[in-house]
Amino acid sequence: MFKSHFDIRSQPGFGFITLFTFFALYLPIAALVIYSFNGAESLSRWDGFSARWFVAAWQNAAVQDAAIRSLIIAIWAAFLATIAATMAALATTRTTPYRGLTFKYALINQPLMVPEIVTAVALLIVFSRIKVWTGYSGLGYLVVAHTAFCIPFAYLPIRARLESMDLTLERAAADLYATRWQTFRHVTLPLLRPAVIAGFMLAFVISLDDVVITEFVKSGGQDTLPTYMLGQLRRETTPEINAIATVFLALSTALVVVFFFINRKKQ
Amino acid sequence: MSGAQEAALAAQKQDIRSRWLLSAPALLIIFFAAVGPLLVMLLYSFMAKGDYGDVRFGEFSLEGWVSVFFQRDIFDDTLGLADAHLSIIWRSLQLSFFTTLLTLILGFPTAYFIATRPPHTREIWVFLVTIPFWTNLLIRTFAMQQVIRNEGLLNNALIWLGVIDSPLQIMYTDTANLLGMTYVYLPLMVLPLYASIEKLDFRLVEAGYDLYASRLQVLRRIVIPLVKPGIIAGSILVFIPSLGAYVIPRVLGGGKNMMLGNLIEMQFGSGRNWPLGAAMSITLMALVMVALIFYVRNASRGGSSHV
Repeated sequence: MFKSHFDIRSQPGFGFITLFTFFALYLPIAALVIYSFNGAESLSRWDGFSARWFVAAWQNAAVQDAAIRSLIIAIWAAFLATIAATMAALATTRTTPYRGLTFKYALINQPLMVPEIVTAVALLIVFSRIKVWTGYSGLGYLVVAHTAFCIPFAYLPIRARLESMDLTLERAAADLYATRWQTFRHVTLPLLRPAVIAGFMLAFVISLDDVVITEFVKSGGQDTLPTYMLGQLRRETTPEINAIATVFLALSTALVVVFFFINRKKQ
Repeated sequence: MSGAQEAALAAQKQDIRSRWLLSAPALLIIFFAAVGPLLVMLLYSFMAKGDYGDVRFGEFSLEGWVSVFFQRDIFDDTLGLADAHLSIIWRSLQLSFFTTLLTLILGFPTAYFIATRPPHTREIWVFLVTIPFWTNLLIRTFAMQQVIRNEGLLNNALIWLGVIDSPLQIMYTDTANLLGMTYVYLPLMVLPLYASIEKLDFRLVEAGYDLYASRLQVLRRIVIPLVKPGIIAGSILVFIPSLGAYVIPRVLGGGKNMMLGNLIEMQFGSGRNWPLGAAMSITLMALVMVALIFYVRNASRGGSSHV
């Protein structure tokens, strides 16, 4: 096919800026990954290709500790947030508007509206007092805080999926004398499964990535991987941080790719 | 009222009650770990500060709010403007504005370019924008540091090219903050812009060309007005997190180039002035609310004008 003389869609220079944008988006990440394979003691020079910093990070007890803590918190928060968000989505979709519905939307999406630093210091104020009152200073505070800001993210895909489903199948189940629970278990939930998985994964990634709220809520010795890295950035950094970041990057990219394909299959 | 109607009404009531029960866990968690603490913080902003952080519980004071904007002279106790605070607030607003502008300058052509690709390649481009978006913010900030630090990629490249002799000091300046925020928040601009340009009806563009409009005229008079809701949405999505940025200025800006987020943290750390920190947080929230209200107003107006 001949190229048309005049493409109405094209604008001069836009292709070039797009190339620059993608270059700018990926160059820093590439630099970070390449430097994680640096054999030198510090980031200021390049001393040959080596995986030594991956080994060092893997054997670093503080890193292991923080990584495990990150995973525990993310799994719990994503699990709780997904359950709460699924229930909330069932309660707020496929209905004629009722009193309090707008209030529910506003409350569920509230964590998205307020800057993280503001929520973080507010939680610091309240939790530090509760810590004194109860004497409990375990991971529970981090799990609850993470669950709260994960709910809107888990809610998003589940609500979208529910809104595209009508009630025909559920009514059919009810006509065949299924109880409400049976209907949910055997009709609604299977239809909803891809969205619930997507919601869980979104919540998991959001929890895993959090720095600010964790930094303010955590008690001493409760570093997660991101807060550990933030602490390390204060000092002269070694490529060990790059190695940790690279693994982290690979993990979250893998999750996003899986998420992408789940979503695609759904459509 | 007939029996059937009554039964239907009862069923509806029952339905609404079970809907409240179903949403209760989510609402309670968010109330306990997000909304509730904000209300407590509002109270704290009106209390007297404790000697070692915290507040003197129940002791009313406006000192926290006053010191957001004013400071007492150490000698004669008169009130003057709190220049340090105001300049940080002003810097935050300026940096957020320029971040929004830069992301728009890069993001608009990018989103337009992606939206005008064939459908199957479009998906891949969008996916490539999404990956950095889902990458940890701290990691992306750290990645930016690798580029702009003194022995970083940018300086090495410029020295190698012979443009400069000694490295440019970009780290720990406002430029570092600006570059970092632009880098981190760029996907937030591209994605909503793409969504609205993708829906653009190119027959209108064609009509423009039929009437002898130039490319620039088509862009200015047809494309931009039609995708304005996307431009506003993207700008808000970038402006709001920029205003509340904490990690980026902490890592890239250093102590001298604080933004509002860091100033707030300071009050809860070395500053030991919780009421002031609380009042500043609420000030930040108020600024965000103003931006959101601006957005809602424009979105509803823009939405109705060409649907």
